[in-house]
Amino acid sequence: MDIGGLYRDERQHALATLIRLLGDFDLAEEMLQEAFTTAVETWPRDGAPANPVAWLVSTARHKAIDRLRRAATLDAKRAQVASQETAVAFTEPALDEEPLTDDRLRLIFTCCHPALAPETQVALTLKTLCGLSVDEIARAFLVPGPTMAQRLVRAKGKIRIALIPYDVPGADRLAERLDGVLRVVYLVFNEGYAPTGGSGLPRHELCLEAIRLARLVHALLPGEPEAAGLLALLLLQDSRRVARFDASGDLVTLEEQERARWDREEIAEGSRLAERALRSGRPGFYGIQAAIAAIHGQAERASDTDWRQIAILYALLLRGHPSPVVALNHAAAVAMAQGPERGLALLEALERAGDLADFHLLPAARADLLRRLGRDREATDAYREALRTVGNDAERRYLERRLREVG
Amino acid sequence: MKYLLLIYSNEADWANVSEAEQGKIFEAYMEFSRSIYKSKHYLAGEALQPVATATTVRARNGKTLATDGPFAETREQLGGFYMIEAKDLDEAIAIAGRIPSAGFGCVEVRPIMETPPVG
Repeated sequence: MDIGGLYRDERQHALATLIRLLGDFDLAEEMLQEAFTTAVETWPRDGAPANPVAWLVSTARHKAIDRLRRAATLDAKRAQVASQETAVAFTEPALDEEPLTDDRLRLIFTCCHPALAPETQVALTLKTLCGLSVDEIARAFLVPGPTMAQRLVRAKGKIRIALIPYDVPGADRLAERLDGVLRVVYLVFNEGYAPTGGSGLPRHELCLEAIRLARLVHALLPGEPEAAGLLALLLLQDSRRVARFDASGDLVTLEEQERARWDREEIAEGSRLAERALRSGRPGFYGIQAAIAAIHGQAERASDTDWRQIAILYALLLRGHPSPVVALNHAAAVAMAQGPERGLALLEALERAGDLADFHLLPAARADLLRRLGRDREATDAYREALRTVGNDAERRYLERRLREVG
Repeated sequence: MKYLLLIYSNEADWANVSEAEQGKIFEAYMEFSRSIYKSKHYLAGEALQPVATATTVRARNGKTLATDGPFAETREQLGGFYMIEAKDLDEAIAIAGRIPSAGFGCVEVRPIMETPPVG
C-alpha cells in the first residue's frame, strides 16, 4: 500500500467526510493527520485494510471521540459527536461504495456559503477542498500569511458558531446556491489565468485547482448545464495557456496565437461539454461563453473563425447577462463579422452610455478597430488612453507595442 | 440553535408611508408571527418605539451616565426583533427573509451564545 499516494489522492475526500462527522474543520484535520501517522506505523506490519479511506475516516473519528472524552469540559461537543454514533453506524456500510464524493459536494456548498465573504469563500475552498496551505493561498492572493490565516480562522469560527450547514441545498435553492459555488471556482481560475495585480503572469496551479473543482461539481451534479458549461469554459481557456505568451512573456492575442500549441485534448473535451450545455435548452453565463470559446478552438486559423456565430452567441449572452464587458465583446465580434465600422458604432454607443469609464479594455478595443480601419492618429490617442488605466504589466507591454505600430 | 433576528429599517422613510400601507405591513407582521409560532420557530419577538425615545446608559467609576439617543447613529435603525429556534443558519436565513421589513430594510441574523441558565 502506497500511503504517500493515498495521502495525496484521498486526503481531501476523507477530510470532507470527517468535517461533516465532527462538525469542526480543525479537529478533523488534526485527527486525520494522526490517523495517517497510525497507518504508517501499522499497515506495513498488519497489512492494509480493504477500504483504506473508510479505515482512515473511522480511525480519525475514534481518535476525535477519545480526545473529546478526555477533555471533560467539552461536554456539549462530546454530546454532539456521540449523538452521531448511531447515524454513522447506520451509514458506514456505504463507505465501501462512493459516499465520500457526496461529502466533498456538501463541503463545497459550506465553503461557498453566501454568509461568508466572497474572498473568504475562495480561500476556504482552496484550503479545504484543494488542500493548499495557508501560505500558498496567501501568496496567490497577495496578502500576508497571517492575514490569510486570520481570515480562515474567522470563517471556520463562523461556520461552527452560526451553524452554517454541511449540506447540499434542496432543489428549491440549488440553482441559486450553485451559482455561488461556480462563481468561486471561476474566480479561482481567473486569479490564475489573468491575475489582477503584480506581474500579470499566470499562476497555472490555480487554474488546475479550478479545473479539478469544476470537474468535481460537474461529476456530482451532471444534470446541471451550468456545471458542465463552467468545466467546458475552463478547459477551453486553459487549452490556450502556452500560446498566450511569447518567449519574452508578452501577451499574444487570440488572433496571433500559434494554434499548433493549443491543447487539442482540452479543446475536444471542452467542446463536447459546451455542446451538451447548449443542447440542454437552458444555457447560461458559462455555457454560452464555453460555446464561444469552442468556436475559437475549432478554427484552425484565425481567419477560419466563425465570427457570425460568435456574434450571435454574444448577443444571447448580452440578453441574459447584460454587462459592459459582455457588450464590449459583442461589439468586437460584430466588428469581425460585419466590419470594423459596425463594431466601432457599438463601442461609441457604449462610451456614450458611460458605464465603462476608466475601464482600459474599452479604449483598447476602440484603438484596435481604429488601427484596422487605418485611422492611425485616432488609434494612437486611444492606445494612450488605454495605457492610463491598464491593470498589469503584460497588458501594458501589449498596448505599448501596438502604440509603436501606429505611432 | 437560537438566533436573534434584528430588524433594521429607515425610520425617516416610515413617515412617508400612508396609513393604509402601514396597516398592510402590520397585517403582514401578524401573519408572519403566527406562522413561525405555528411552525415552532418562534421564541420571542417585539417591535420597538422609535430611536427618538432611546437612552444610552454607561456606568463609569461608580457613576451611571445616561445620554439621549441611540448608541450609534446609523442610516437604518433597529426597530424590532425576533428570537427564533432554527436547525441551522440556512433555516434562520430563510425565516429572516420572510420578515416583512426584509423587503425594504434589512435583518441581521445573530446566533445566541450558549450560556448556563441563570439561577
